[in-house]
Amino acid sequence: MPIIMNALEIKNLKKTYKNGFEALKGIDLNVKQGDFFALLGPNGAGKSTIIGIVCSLINKTSGQVSIQGYNLQKSPRGAKQNLGIVPQEFNFNVFEPVEEILVNQAGYYGVSRPEAFKRAEVHLKQLDLWDKRREMARDLSGGMKRRLMIARALMHNPQILILDEPTAGVDIEIRRSMWTFLQEINKQGTTIILTTHYLEEAEQLCKNIAIINQGSIIKNCAMAELLSELDSECMVLNLQEPLDTAPILADYSSYLIDNTTLEVEIKKGEGINTFFELLSQKKIKVLSMRNKSNRLEQLFLRMVKK
Amino acid sequence: MYLNDNITAYKTILIKEILRFSRIWLQTIIPPAITMGLYFIIFGQLIGSQLSNIDGYTYMDYIVPGLIIMSIITNSYSNVVSSFYGSKFHHHIEELLVSPIANITIIAGYISGGIARGLTVGIIVTLVSLFFTQISIASYITAFVVAILTATLFSLAGLINAIFANSFDDISIVPTFILTPLTYLGGVFYSIEMLPEFWRNISLFNPVLYMVNGFRMGMLGVSDASLATAIMIIIGFIVLLTSICLWLLNSGIGIKK
Repeated sequence: MPIIMNALEIKNLKKTYKNGFEALKGIDLNVKQGDFFALLGPNGAGKSTIIGIVCSLINKTSGQVSIQGYNLQKSPRGAKQNLGIVPQEFNFNVFEPVEEILVNQAGYYGVSRPEAFKRAEVHLKQLDLWDKRREMARDLSGGMKRRLMIARALMHNPQILILDEPTAGVDIEIRRSMWTFLQEINKQGTTIILTTHYLEEAEQLCKNIAIINQGSIIKNCAMAELLSELDSECMVLNLQEPLDTAPILADYSSYLIDNTTLEVEIKKGEGINTFFELLSQKKIKVLSMRNKSNRLEQLFLRMVKK
Repeated sequence: MYLNDNITAYKTILIKEILRFSRIWLQTIIPPAITMGLYFIIFGQLIGSQLSNIDGYTYMDYIVPGLIIMSIITNSYSNVVSSFYGSKFHHHIEELLVSPIANITIIAGYISGGIARGLTVGIIVTLVSLFFTQISIASYITAFVVAILTATLFSLAGLINAIFANSFDDISIVPTFILTPLTYLGGVFYSIEMLPEFWRNISLFNPVLYMVNGFRMGMLGVSDASLATAIMIIIGFIVLLTSICLWLLNSGIGIKK
């Protein structure tokens, strides 16, 4: 058993596809034990290629990957035994019953059949699929299929769980319940690596983050550190009385979306009290206020557009 | 521990494969029984009754071993090729690729599934044949060993086909253009002693001939080729195809990007 520093270590990972496309240009990435880690990037940035290589579904061109201290190339068994994967696309046999999919998956990891049935019961109940255990997977709804893939990935009690857009296409209620579930298993010690296009999801759940663009990591730090880089926030105000033009509010730049909706940019350190004083002076009454967009989304867009 | 894990994984694949073809028995078990029943009626009874004996057996008795081994060949092959290609097509092959299971275990699991279906259909065809003739088996051991080895060989061939296949068309090309002609020309319906010398010599290059005649030796005690030669050829091909399968899975050809 190797001494474990990081749950996942990636060194100088490169991947060039047969058509010459350089998907990864020497990635270095460490994910700490117990972390809830976000791996973000626009479509085609290289996220899925990294995940594919870590999961042994894609052959790397060069570089090293270690999972729980096991080198994926030299000790694949140890590395794979510690890894659970929830892929982006449904990749179970849709013609198999739900429970059988889980039991088979456990079997591939050497879990005996009686033990696999016990674990399947636990995970199916946790993910609210117990009543569906005898149904064919093809008959499940999209949200149920997503939860089935999470249950399947947990059948061998992995130390690291990789989730590639686990909440894509599921309704907000199920998404929230999946967040709660993932936070619980993370608290129990499972390292989670998440890729998602819902950036509020990453902001809400993850402690650390890496942003990949065009095959290179362009940012790798704590989520709080990244968010502190944001120098302004955009607020949307719903006004009681309609306005014809956007009011001039000293240093605050404002823009009228429609005659009762005002968008205002508030720079870090400017404070919000002065802003409301200015509104009061102009007799503008505010019914409600919200953040225009997710903070992480603003940073993300700024970084990948550079 | 590593061995135990792989034994569990092997059993998992085998159970999964048996459940798979059992669930769709109307597609996997019944059609070959009906097809072979028609062969027995048309070739064995209607046409065969007009023909003289071969090697001391009626034509019906003579073709029974050939038809049984033919059903074993086609079913062991098609079980593996359709199951493995299906898992590639639906991406659930990834369940195996991400797991720590050894590639040789994956091969063993799928091949055992192919053997299970081949033998299941073989037994059913044998039972169907009892409606038309009395079978007296010369050597149960020989018949069983040749049947197992033949099913193994064609399961391996099915796996290679599935690894290379990129569409459902690709998994029907080999059975249509290679497997069926080799089987029909492999002495299922005739003895190569009935052929002109040139075609007899050509037939000796057909590996299926040795399987058909090895099984016929087990059932009837007559054969166009020696049993030792037949078994050596089958084992030789099994070793070759196993090595190819292992190399393909290790390199990820056809299954990894």
